[in-house]
Amino acid sequence: MFYREAGQYKSTYAADMAVFPLRQDRIGIAVILAIAFIGIPMIGNDFFIATVMIPFLVFSLAAIGLNILTGYTGLISLGTAAFMGVGAYACYKLTTFFPGVNIIVLILISGLFSAAIGVLFGLPSLRIKGFYLAVATLAAQFFLQWAFVRVPWLFNYNASGAIEVPLRSLFGIPITGASASAETRYFVCLGLVVVLTWFASNLVHGRLGRSWMAVRDMDIAAELMGIKLLNAKLLAFAVSSFYAGVAGAMMIFLWYGGGEAADVFNIRLSFNILFMVIIGGLGSLIGSFFGAAFIASLPTILKFGLPALGVPLSGAAAEHVTFMLVGALIIIFLIVEPHGLARLWQITKQKLRTWPFPY
Amino acid sequence: MNAEPMNLTGTPIPAKKGEILLSVENVSLRFGGVKAISGVSFDIRKGEVRAIIGPNGAGKTSMLNCINGFYHPQEGQITYKGVRRARMKPHQAAAAGIARTFQNVALFKGMSTLDNIMTGRTLKMRRGFFWQALRQGPAMAEEIEHRKVVEDIIDFLQIEHIRKLPVGKLPYGLQKRVELGRALAMEPELLLLDEPMAGMNLEEKEDMCRFILDVNNQFGTTIALIEHDMGVVMDLSDRVVVLEYGRKIADGTPDEVKQDQKVIDAYLGVAH
Repeated sequence: MFYREAGQYKSTYAADMAVFPLRQDRIGIAVILAIAFIGIPMIGNDFFIATVMIPFLVFSLAAIGLNILTGYTGLISLGTAAFMGVGAYACYKLTTFFPGVNIIVLILISGLFSAAIGVLFGLPSLRIKGFYLAVATLAAQFFLQWAFVRVPWLFNYNASGAIEVPLRSLFGIPITGASASAETRYFVCLGLVVVLTWFASNLVHGRLGRSWMAVRDMDIAAELMGIKLLNAKLLAFAVSSFYAGVAGAMMIFLWYGGGEAADVFNIRLSFNILFMVIIGGLGSLIGSFFGAAFIASLPTILKFGLPALGVPLSGAAAEHVTFMLVGALIIIFLIVEPHGLARLWQITKQKLRTWPFPY
Repeated sequence: MNAEPMNLTGTPIPAKKGEILLSVENVSLRFGGVKAISGVSFDIRKGEVRAIIGPNGAGKTSMLNCINGFYHPQEGQITYKGVRRARMKPHQAAAAGIARTFQNVALFKGMSTLDNIMTGRTLKMRRGFFWQALRQGPAMAEEIEHRKVVEDIIDFLQIEHIRKLPVGKLPYGLQKRVELGRALAMEPELLLLDEPMAGMNLEEKEDMCRFILDVNNQFGTTIALIEHDMGVVMDLSDRVVVLEYGRKIADGTPDEVKQDQKVIDAYLGVAH
């Protein structure tokens, strides 16, 4: 009744090709942005912002990156965590060399290093496909993780092997390091995620996105349209790794605030991000957010939320119950809708469009 | 009725028949020990509808695959627009103006009709990565410009109602039509159609015939066509080449080919 396109006529192609052609969708996105920028910092306490929202944003960005590669271009990668690691270490080295440069700029530049490494490990993708490519990207995961531990130059010969996040500020407000408040770090993450999501949405709606999807759906026909397969695939690897790299740098600098990074960027993280993309919805940007919320934020919310709701569970027991609940939910969602939460969202919108009359 | 031939962006195309657009000379193609094509020569003239027929396994599709660069024949040569090609890649063939539809529909199933046909415009689009990431100004202007051309094609093929639907869910006849639209979006000089009417009912076949003739007349596109429906072949084509077991057994106008004893034998069998 409220969600309907009736009466919204498009008189230009530009209006018809908009990312959100429906007025209700545009209002929806404005409300979500308002909640993210104003509502959450006002309502949420530091603990909620630091343990739920910042990880959610970091994982969303990483999932968008992998979604560009796996969902849009059809190339499975198990090296996402390693590419995130490249971003984190690149950012650490950059801020050591150029302490005067703004850390946000450096986080974005470190994505470029990650993109370069991604292209390098993406080269086999012209020859190998599917599961075999997954195994080839596994090589990136193992090799890079090895490098993070064994190349002391990467962590500035620190005896503990950890990244020490220095204090860096913007307009006098500390945004990284021990004295940065959760709220500031949240705003920086949110800003980066919003801007990069906008870029990703532009890319997938334009010529490049269409060539990626063409490669995914029917590579022979794509080649016949004049799309060079190697270029399209490598570009997908580059963009995907850029997003992963930025997410990795954000993870260490804005979320963890340092630590033994080599242990963080392990194969388990790669798998987690792949699950986010699959459960969220392959080939859907909004699905990446759903997936990140489901896989990363839900367990945290359950773990700390159940005791708060009066369920007498704590510590280890809460963690085990969380595992069981999330596992069951994954199975339920995959049975209900194998194409992910994004498709479920689509179906809901379609139902809303005709509600309350079912035709 | 007989409007001056124009391509989709409005520039007139000289409609001359006779000049040779593509010539295939003595082409042989082997897969291991299997000879798919042996020593076939024929040419395609500008502006004509050229049919390639033959029984199953005669090497028709392999021939098309040679022409647009999927296969590289071991012997012989293919000359396109006066240029002899060595090992041409499919995307180079696309850039040179060769478009193609497939025997089994090869659409991008996850994409809408509109996006499928827009993909056909890929080679005509120029804006680079940074404008694409912004999707403003020149990039958006380019999208709109090509969207207009695509809408013309959608109009031409009468598929307005399925514009926004994912093609995977469309009925087979419409999928074939969308695939033709995608090939047309490339504004090809040479259009290769691999069994465009396979699996269609009579009405759909008639529609498709009409579209093929219209493409040939209005846009002046040269068409090479593989088809099994003899009625369609004889009505549509200017000249027909007949293959059997990878060899050419006849070449000429539909009437000549119909009378050819070898063709009759190949299709009806010979008494032993």
